[in-house]
Amino acid sequence: MKLILHIWRQRGPNDAGKMVSYDVPDASPEMSFLEMLDVLNERLIEKGEEPVAFDHDCREGICGMCGIVINGIPHGPRPATTTCQLHMRTFNDGDQIFLEPWRAKAFPVVRDLVVDRSAFDRVISAGGFVSVNTGSAPEANSVPVAKKDADLAMDAAQCIGCGACVAACPNASAMLFTSAKVSHLGILPQGRPEAATRVQKMVSQMDAEGFGNCTNTRECEAACPKSIGVEFIARMNREYLCAALTDRPEAEGGGGV
Amino acid sequence: MGGSTGCWVSETLRSSIGKKGLMAVTGLMLFGFVVIHLLGNLQVYLPDKQALTQYGHLIKSKPAVLWGARLSLLAIVLVHAAAAILLAMENSAARPVKYHVRQWREAGYAARTMIISGPLILAYVVYHLLHFTTGHAHPDFNPDDVYRNVIVGFQNKAVALTYIVAMVMLATHLSHGLWSLCQTLGFNHPKYTPALRFASIAVATAIGAGYISIPVSVMLGILK
Ligand code: HEM
Ligand code: FES
Repeated sequence: MKLILHIWRQRGPNDAGKMVSYDVPDASPEMSFLEMLDVLNERLIEKGEEPVAFDHDCREGICGMCGIVINGIPHGPRPATTTCQLHMRTFNDGDQIFLEPWRAKAFPVVRDLVVDRSAFDRVISAGGFVSVNTGSAPEANSVPVAKKDADLAMDAAQCIGCGACVAACPNASAMLFTSAKVSHLGILPQGRPEAATRVQKMVSQMDAEGFGNCTNTRECEAACPKSIGVEFIARMNREYLCAALTDRPEAEGGGGV
Repeated sequence: MGGSTGCWVSETLRSSIGKKGLMAVTGLMLFGFVVIHLLGNLQVYLPDKQALTQYGHLIKSKPAVLWGARLSLLAIVLVHAAAAILLAMENSAARPVKYHVRQWREAGYAARTMIISGPLILAYVVYHLLHFTTGHAHPDFNPDDVYRNVIVGFQNKAVALTYIVAMVMLATHLSHGLWSLCQTLGFNHPKYTPALRFASIAVATAIGAGYISIPVSVMLGILK
């Protein structure tokens, strides 16, 4: 297949950057999207040009490293699919494809299509610890977890932290990501003891990173390669508002009553 | 928040979720007002042409209640609008570089234009008050004959059209706003969310249609 790619090229964080067009005359429908970019890059290297920088690691949809906004949709047109799992058969011969990095103030562009997502790491670490003992595996029935709770927690834990929710949101909000991280611990009994503090700290870190605010457009849900739903956002809103009303600071000497 | 300094109320309300919560609660109150106001207005259809005027007199007969309600509504609108503006400013700052190509999959027209429909509704409300409450924008205002003010007001086609457009805007705003406020306040469950999303659009449409019916009836000569 013959393709015309329009790719965002930016030398570094302080470069203005611009869209540059490239012909790819020999893509095959069996190639993955990233393999197609590998082919383009090899040709660029042969010509002595700078290859297009893009993030990737596992290339099997589980690590969360890859992520390109393809024709205005994070991870491209296939639902529940990471960029690395997208194949060229999704496109047609002669297509023009626009490739852009995640756009958010909290995700500064490092180079070309690579952005710095360490804001996500800071949101996670702001959540603090979970009361789970290390060492040998605990006896399986010592803390019973209802099947439906385990399922819901696993749905939230599917999040691979790719950032497509932020990229898709008209406001560059990180609510879907943060709500998934708040929920996958908060739904389980092991995560309950710190739940109220966790949600408040994670939300305030999310706000401090400069992400936008949720307007409930549900674009994040549509873009999420793991199909995480906005139900988790409502869950986090609930937990946050309840925590504000019920959480009490640690008092010195006594329960603070 | 655990261990931090500062007042928990202001900390909560200044957070992203807190500001959204303020929007949702004030939005719900404004929705309540819009419903009650519509029920009041629909008295224009009662066979007794004095009904609407008498209702107007009833409201005005208790100045303390009237002014209490007016000032509360003003405060509610101010909080709603202030939170909207703060949130919108943060949102545009959160994406300094825009996309060249953008495709929407879920975000509907109403959801993407809340920050446009909102201020337009506010502008309409100002005009509406000058038109039917103070009479400054009315060609032949009589504070003691509410019914006639409505009929005369809507006999001007441009005025009637302005009202119709404004009410389409209100319905659009509410069609997203009603389900959005439930989501913001934490109500989302597979049991009822699909129904809620449908009801949001249905209720908003019914409200819009109810208001719009009045200028349309005047223009068609059904009300005279
Ligand atoms: C009769 C007047 C109004 C009513 C009944 C109303 C109702 C609502 C409701 C129910 C919401 C949902 C809250 C949420 O998203 O959780 C909302 C959101 C919103 N309103 Fe209003 N509103 C009115 C006037 C205004 C005005 C005057 C403005 C302008 C500043 C405005 C701007 C907004 C914005 C920007 C949102 C946020 C939408 C979002 O976050 O998705 N509204 N409104
Ligand atoms: S490269 Fe690991 S998820 Fe795509």
